[in-house]
Amino acid sequence: MSEAVPKLRLRGLRKRFGDKIVLDGIDLDVAPGTSMVVIGGSGSGKSVLLKCILGLLEPDAGVIEIDGRDILQLDGREREEARAHIGMLFQNAALFDSLPVWENVAFGLLARQHMSRPAAKARAVEVLAQVGLAASVGELRPAELSGGMQKRVGLARAIASQPDILFFDEPTTGLDPIMGAIIDGLIVDCVQRLGSTAVAITHDMASARRIGNRAAMINTGKIIWEGPAGELMDSGNPIVDQFTHGRREGPIQMELRR
Amino acid sequence: MSRALNAIAAVGRGVFAACAITGRLTLFALSGLSHLVRPPFYGRMFAAALVEMAYFSLPVVALTAIFTGMVLALQSSTGLSRFSAESGIANLVVLSITRELGPVLAGLMVAGRVGAAMAAEIGTMRVTDQIDALRTLSTNPMKYLVAPRLLAGIVALPLLVLVADVLGVFGGFLIATVSLGFAPRIYLQNTMDFMQTQDVVSGLVKASVFGFLITLMGCYHGYNSRGGAQGVGAATTSAVVAASILILAFDYVLTELFFAR
Repeated sequence: MSEAVPKLRLRGLRKRFGDKIVLDGIDLDVAPGTSMVVIGGSGSGKSVLLKCILGLLEPDAGVIEIDGRDILQLDGREREEARAHIGMLFQNAALFDSLPVWENVAFGLLARQHMSRPAAKARAVEVLAQVGLAASVGELRPAELSGGMQKRVGLARAIASQPDILFFDEPTTGLDPIMGAIIDGLIVDCVQRLGSTAVAITHDMASARRIGNRAAMINTGKIIWEGPAGELMDSGNPIVDQFTHGRREGPIQMELRR
Repeated sequence: MSRALNAIAAVGRGVFAACAITGRLTLFALSGLSHLVRPPFYGRMFAAALVEMAYFSLPVVALTAIFTGMVLALQSSTGLSRFSAESGIANLVVLSITRELGPVLAGLMVAGRVGAAMAAEIGTMRVTDQIDALRTLSTNPMKYLVAPRLLAGIVALPLLVLVADVLGVFGGFLIATVSLGFAPRIYLQNTMDFMQTQDVVSGLVKASVFGFLITLMGCYHGYNSRGGAQGVGAATTSAVVAASILILAFDYVLTELFFAR
């Protein structure tokens, strides 16, 4: 019996900066339609992992397969084509300051799909409504928005071109708990509506449980645990348990200078 | 002995670092230029950069040119009067402005105004992940951010220098006729007699090169900025300093090319 091809498959992914090994042979499968949450401490390599998958960093070794195709073996144009099916919400939203909100949301539609500006604007307004923002917000500049609104606009930009895979980098960082829960709810709604596969990295446990149906923990450059997101708080793995419960004592030793 | 070796090692490190920067800069410039001839083209980005560089720099360049022309006429009058050669004022003003001062001063002004702003804008985009966001949206940042600005620099500065030439000569004319007692018609006649097409064209070619250098430095230092607000500040300073030095160095090289006998 053949297994279904994972939407995203990582094998032996390695990345180092000078002497510092950040990713030390990451293996991870994400099945289609799954919401995978990757947790880990600060500096554990979560963001580097995401940047390698997105093509923002070149890994030193390993395989990154999307729909069974190793994107590291593709040429520039083919990689760009593969990336066209990816949406990304950055930690700080990373909205383009020089463009109004609607143009931020419609950026991919204008650049990738060469949609006309009126049609792209209409689609942007539609997507803004999906994340709970009024059409009038489309005319504002990103600097005029609150942190929560910026996250919503970032989410709208990520889903505007209806991607197959969505990536979220610390989606609730810098938000109050209520706004964090609202953003998580929007993420779940959007992922379900689009039927996309989602990968989120976070160290916010409440957010991890809300967004994910699968979870994995990265520590010292390796995936050390993977399982259902519901078992995060009671995984049976001492490293995961220390992290999820925020205990000072345990196998994870933080590097502190006194 | 070890002190001497340390000194040699330091010189060697400096030379290697300079070679590495030159190499990176050359690759960056070639990459930016190559995107000028490969679609897609971002006309709106080019138009915005052109307006920012040409239109909004007009007041500062115009004021610089007109005052420079005025000072030039005054100073040359003082010098030339010692040899009873005041009739050479028009010649001196028009040659100085069109060949040298127009392009160089406009270049330095634009480097301070636009080069700094460009480095700050692109540097901020870098440290706030906006450049990464562009890439995740299948948009090449070199094509979207750098190439249109390079082209705008190449086009905008000659336009500014044309204005600077006219206003610089006008500044000289103003002083010559109002303060030094020249007849307007004779001063203008002298100006037109002395000025050659090559003077203006060489100045415009210099301006194009300076425009390219200013935008290249702004884009390069902004694109490679690191480390938050401090990194963006450092990139801005580096962009202005590097562009100013390169303008003066290339001014010499181009003058040699155009006028060395």
